[in-house]
Parts: sequence; C-alpha cells; structure tokens
Amino acid sequence: MAQRWRLAMTVLGVLAFLSGAAPAPAQDVRLEAAKKEGKVVWYTSLVLPSAEKVAKLFEAAYPAIKVEVHRTGSQRILQKLMQELQANIKNADVVHTSDAGHFVLLKEKKLLMHYTPAGVDKFPASFKDRDGYYYGLRATVNVIAYNTKIVSAAEAPKSWKELLDAKWKGKLVTAHPGYSGVIATHVLALANHYGWDYFKQLAQNRAMIVQSAADPSAVVASGERPVAVNGGDYSAYQLKKKGSPIEIVYPKDGVPLVVSPTAITVFAPHPNAAKLFTDFTFTKDVQQVMADSEGLYTGHPEVKYPADKPKLGELKLLQVDPEELEKRNEEIKKRFVEFFGA
Amino acid sequence: MIRGHVAERSGPRIPGLDRSVPVWVAAALTLVVLMALPLGWIGWVSVSSEDGPTLAHYATVFRDPQLQKALWNTVVMAFWVGLASVAIGAPLAWLTARTDLPGKTLIRGLIMASFVTPPFLGAFAWVMLAGPNAGLLNRLYRDLSGADGALVNIFTMPGLIFVVAIYTFPYVYIMVANTLALIASDLEEAAAILGAGRLRVAATVTLPMVAPAILSGFILAVLQALALFGSPAILALPAGFHTITTQIWSFFHYPPKVEMAAAFSIPLLLATALLLQVQKRLLGRRGYASIGGKGGRRRAIPLGFWRYPALGGCLALLACAIFLPYGVLAKAALSRAWAQPLTWDNLTLANFTFTFFEYSATQSAVLNTLELGVMTATVGAGLAALLAYVTNRRLIVGHQILAFLALAPIVIPGVVLAVGLFIAYTRPPLLLYGTLWILFVAYVTKEMPVGYSQADATFKGVHPELEEAGRILGAGRLRVLGEITAPLARSGIIATWCFIFIGVIRELSASIILFTPATKVISVVIFDLKEEGQFGPIAVLGLFMLAMTFATVVLMQRVLGRDFMGAKE
Repeated sequence: MAQRWRLAMTVLGVLAFLSGAAPAPAQDVRLEAAKKEGKVVWYTSLVLPSAEKVAKLFEAAYPAIKVEVHRTGSQRILQKLMQELQANIKNADVVHTSDAGHFVLLKEKKLLMHYTPAGVDKFPASFKDRDGYYYGLRATVNVIAYNTKIVSAAEAPKSWKELLDAKWKGKLVTAHPGYSGVIATHVLALANHYGWDYFKQLAQNRAMIVQSAADPSAVVASGERPVAVNGGDYSAYQLKKKGSPIEIVYPKDGVPLVVSPTAITVFAPHPNAAKLFTDFTFTKDVQQVMADSEGLYTGHPEVKYPADKPKLGELKLLQVDPEELEKRNEEIKKRFVEFFGA
Repeated sequence: MIRGHVAERSGPRIPGLDRSVPVWVAAALTLVVLMALPLGWIGWVSVSSEDGPTLAHYATVFRDPQLQKALWNTVVMAFWVGLASVAIGAPLAWLTARTDLPGKTLIRGLIMASFVTPPFLGAFAWVMLAGPNAGLLNRLYRDLSGADGALVNIFTMPGLIFVVAIYTFPYVYIMVANTLALIASDLEEAAAILGAGRLRVAATVTLPMVAPAILSGFILAVLQALALFGSPAILALPAGFHTITTQIWSFFHYPPKVEMAAAFSIPLLLATALLLQVQKRLLGRRGYASIGGKGGRRRAIPLGFWRYPALGGCLALLACAIFLPYGVLAKAALSRAWAQPLTWDNLTLANFTFTFFEYSATQSAVLNTLELGVMTATVGAGLAALLAYVTNRRLIVGHQILAFLALAPIVIPGVVLAVGLFIAYTRPPLLLYGTLWILFVAYVTKEMPVGYSQADATFKGVHPELEEAGRILGAGRLRVLGEITAPLARSGIIATWCFIFIGVIRELSASIILFTPATKVISVVIFDLKEEGQFGPIAVLGLFMLAMTFATVVLMQRVLGRDFMGAKE
C-alpha cells in the first residue's frame, strides 16, 4: 500500500516537474492564469480524508494553487450552493456530489460550464453527460456491512431482504437520503426494485439514523450497531484496511451503483484553476489513487483495482436514471422521513 | 445571569439636550433594526404567497402529523429538562450556599464549568459514553455484569433530557444560590429552636422563600431547552425524532421552504415570550421581607453525618457533566479508533495534525470564530454599556423602551433569529448573507440581553453622585462619562465583553443556518464532521473550544476578583 502510494507521489512529482519544464503552449496560458487566480474552491461530498488527499496531491503538483475543500453531504452542498446563488454569492468553482440528479437540475438552471475534462472520452457512457456538462469522477456501490466481532460470517445478512428479519431489530444503522446523495440513489434503486414496502418493513427494525453514507460503516466499526443497511462500500473498505472489525457484503440481489459527477460552475470565480483541477482529478494517477487507497471505483479504463475488491463487472448493478432521481428527490426524502421518523 | 429587569428609581433625570443625544438615538435605532427586521420578515413571509396574504403555511404546519410530533417532542423535552434542572440545581444551591458541605469551591468551579460547556459538545461526548452498544459506560456495564443489554441508551428521549439537563441546571443553581445568599438565617433558626429537624426547616421555611427563584430558574431552563439545536440534532435525529429547532433547520434543505420555517418559528417565539412574561411576573412579585435584609446573619447549617455522602452525590453528578465527557473527548482526540482501548497502538496525534494542518476548513473557521468573537464582544459590550448607562441615568424620554428592546432578543431562539436574518439579508438593499456580517448581526442581537443585564448591574453599582459632582464642576456629560464613570465601570464592562465572547465562540443554532462555506465557524465545522462520524477531529476541535472558553473565564475572574456566577462566598 505504502509503496504504491509513494509510487503515485513520484509519478505526480515527475508530472508536475514536466508540466513546469516543458509545457504545451495552450496549457501554459491556462496555468499562468490559474496561478494568478491562486486557488480553487471545491464543494465536495467525497469523504473528508479522501477529499483532502486529492487536494494535497493537486497542491503538490501545482504549488501556486491552493484547494479550498468544503466537504459535506450531497444534499447540503446543493442547499448551500442554491442559497448562495439566491443571495448572488459566487463562491464555488467545482461541485462534486453523489446525487446525479443534482446535476440534471443544475444543468437545467444553466449553472454548469460546458467543459469536457481531458481524457474522459475513453470513459464508459454511464460516466458521461451526453451534453458534456458533467462527468463521473468516481463511483461506489451500496453495500451491507457488519461488525465481525459481533456477527459471524454465517449469520451475516446476505441480501437486502434478509435485513427485514425481526432478529435485526435494534441492531441496524442507516444513513439518510436527506443528506447523502449515495443514499438517495440507494433508496430510489431499492424502491424501484422492491417497492416502498421494503423500506416500510425495514423501518420496523428501528434502525439508528445517521447522515453521511460514510457514517454507517463508522458506526459498525465502533460496534455501536452490528449491521449497516447501506453506505458506500469505499468507506467500509477503508476502515477494514485500517484494521477495524468490519466486513462487506455485496448483496446478490443487486448493488445500487452510485456514479458521483463533477462539474465546473458557470460562474466559477477561478475558472482556469477549476479546469486545471478538474483535468487533474481525471488523470489516470489520481483515479488510480482513488481506486487504491480510497477504495473507490472509477470510469478510467486503465485503472487497476485492488485484488481484494470485486470488479464492477462481477456485481449485479442496480442503476438509476439521474433524471428520475432529480424528479423524485422530494418523494424519496418524504417517504424516508415518514417511515423512519426523522 | 439574566436578571429580571426591575427598574429602580435612583438618580435624578437630567433634562435638556446636549451633544450626546444623537449617540443615544443611534443606539436606539440600531436596536430597533436588529430586532424589527428579522421578526418583521418572519411574520411577513409566514403569511405571504404568490397570490397574496394567506394562512396556508400555518395550516400546513399544524396539520402535518410529523410537525405535530416535533412540537410535542419539544414540549416534553423542555418540561422534563426544567424539572430535572430544578431537581439538580436547587439542592446543589442549598448545599453550597447554606451548609457546611466540604469542597464548596471545587463544586462551584465544576458547576461553572458545566455552565460554560457548549451543550452540543456534551451531547457528542455522551454518544461515546452511552451509545447503547459501543458506549464506554455500557461496555463497562456489560463487562462487569455479564449482561447482554445496555444500561443506558442515550439515543432516546430520556437520554436527550438527561444530557440537556446536566448543562442547563446551572441556570436554576445561580438563581437559587443567589437568593439563598440573601436570606437571613433568623427564620430558619427560629424553626430549629422550636424543634424542627434540618430537613423540615429546609422544606417548610427555606423552600417557600426560594420558591420564586426556583420557578424562575425552571422557566429559564425550559427556555434554554426549547431553543437548543445541537443536542437534539446529535441525539434525537439518530433516534428518529425531531424537535422544533431541528425541524426548522430541515426546512432549509433543498428546495428550501422558508415560508414553512417562518410559520413554524412562530409557536416557538410565542412560547418563549409567554414564559418570559410569567417569569417576570414571578420576580416582580417577590415580596418576602426576609430577602434582601442586610441585618440578618447567615450561618452554615451543619450536615453532620451527611457531609461526605452529600459531597459524593455532588461529585457523582458533576462527573456526568464534566469528568466523564471531558475524559472521553480527550481519549477520542488521542485515539485512532475512539471505541478501542487507549493502548500504545491506538495512541496518536494524527487527529491534531489532521484537524489543524490538513483539513483546510479548520484554520479559516478558527480565524472566523475569533474575529467574530472579538468584534461582537467589543461592539456588543460597547452598545450594552451605552444602553445601560442611558437607561440607568434616564437620559432620554422613553429609556424604558430602550431597556425593553435590549432585553427583547431573549425571546428569539437562535434558530428563529437565523430564519429572520436569512430572509432579511438575502435580498436588497442589505445583502449580508455569505459574509461574516450576517453572523455578526446575529451574534450581537443574540448576546444583547446577556450583555445588557451585565452592564445594567454594573451601572447600578456606580453612584450618580460622583457624576453630578463632575457636572457641577463644569464638565460635559461625555467628559464625565470618560473620566469618572468609565473607570468605575471598567471591570464590569470587561466582564460583559467576556460573557459575550464566550457566547459567540460556542454559538451553533443561528450559525448553522447562516453560514456559507466561506464563512464557517468552529461549531459549524464540528457539526460537519459529526455528519461523517469523524470523532477524533471533533474531539480535538471541541477541546480547543473548551480551552478558549476557560481562558476567557480565567481572564474574567482575574478582572472581577470573584467567580462570575455572581454569588459571593
């Protein structure tokens, strides 16, 4: 792990050196302008340590440009962004959330810059907006996670349906679609698959309610609840790598795939730095870092995944349409609150 | 801390105009704008729609079963917090003010620590202590008893009430202790001579005399609980229920329903105003001849055998408020995994380096918080002093209105204030949203009652005779103010400054609605981190916040020469 990490740093260092020493003329213009801008403001729902890692990599490659990371849940990012616009505040350069529906909305409101990051032409179609406004920076799948000190592998639930068993009453933790785009996607995917009745029944088991999609794994790792009924697999994977007693189940009945888009705002106060940063996050090296140490999936065709993670192709993926997600966002939140209470 | 404002008829009214009048007028106008703008907007938005005035938002709010539940939960929580605060605060006050309890200084110090602890930090610490499964106390209980279940579950209504109460009881304590310190022992001694036991004396003689203080403390505690945002957000939401404040906050989630938030703010506002009115009546009618008599002696009641059990009880209680929470925060700050034992493997400083050097939001939040704290405390203390001076010396017609205005923001819970400010300042002519100014306005408004009460008490202690002497000798009012009054009021004003500063650095309920990513403060960063379950960095920032608070408290004690809860030893 550490070796890979060092390798990535070296590669990036070399890249940075090259880009400084022998730049392409077009890029030079942009780099100079970005340097003058001095920073890029990134609204992101990527779990905080990972977001800071990406930011630090960029700052290492472009020492003159700072990344200002504002990390919170997808829904709160949209909330703040829209509130700011209502007050005519233009602060965000790059927006990255896990609710693809947000980008449908933002595009409709003409708030996104038409920009295609370098290298995304090789990405699969599910990572690209056909009109070229936003692109999937990373992906995760929603999984069940359990605490290995409390639950044995044999007892562990294997499917979403098994979570409805009364034996899990008081033992579950769920994140909230009102905060997390990963969970909003998850709820829609399962509601389409099993109907709302699934969540109504799940709520009978009195789950503890947390907010971010990263938090259920943390709760499970601490032992507060033995089983997480949702959450991005990458946060559970990271905790497992750090030695926490947590194991991941990829349910056989299908795993909701969450592609998290990124886009530059049309009003970006630091547009050149924003473009540079966006291109940078789509480079193979950064995408490889996301796959390696952060446990994410990406659209980059050349990225190699850790051997202890399933390939996306091996999983039965449940996908949702961003436009449907955008349209039904209110309904998803309302239903969840109705069933789970808050 | 908050005194009922009983106007004393002291000092003559000095008629006539002079150059200082514009200053007072400006201060009065400032207050009107601070108050009227947000409240006016809340009222207006709550009844307006695209098709003209409407009561539809109120209808929706009061018909929705989810919202009814939130209202009911809030009532239940606030009522029990009030009762629990009395049950803790009143006996503690009696023990420290009237008996020979050992270690009184320590107990008072710990009560003060609980008074200045931000309730949301306490709630957070109690998640780590009493989460039903991973909570350290529950794990200890299971290890010791071999039981399967949990001893306590903090994610419940009783859990929430408990955590709020252990940081709210000081309001009752201060009220009752200060009253007890004024009651002469004569009546109690008379009862004792007639053969009543100590408990009987306390119940039949002392208790009725402090009853108004207890009731008034109860109301203050209820008000605190009603207005809280952080503790319910941390404890009630995971348990699957809302309170009014968390519900108002969630109305701001995209797409924001500001008109619903406004309509839902009104019941909270009315409840607060009503309770304060009741409290004022209570304090106003306090007519016991035995209170305030300077002649009476106060003798410590001997506890006898009960001295040490009583001390043990006090310490056990304060352990819940201070030792255990601070301990678990310190542990989490130093651990890789907070739920694991603190072994060498688990020991790390990574949380500190991450929080202060790697997370780019921290440094700007710390700077924002300090900047806002200093700015608000300076302007707020200045304004409070000015108003208190004007009202005490009755310099202008309508000075009572000024006093009323200065104390009025106390009826506005932080979340409601934020809703009003949000509406008022996201539109022209004053686009303050997105700047630190909107937080500054919120904090000045919110802290004004505290600042004013403190400054008011200060000027009550500065006799007007000296000023009059100065005037007779020919000095203008501003010169008298600068050369005579100001030096005498100095330490009181510094205390006012410190009070406001402490209030600002821990503020969450207004900030959580008014911040933008560029204007985060420490409490908001803690709240963001909470969303992700980042216990280590939260603990680090929490301890940092506590350290800032205690540094301010120590400064204040140096200046005042006594502790700031008011009662003298």
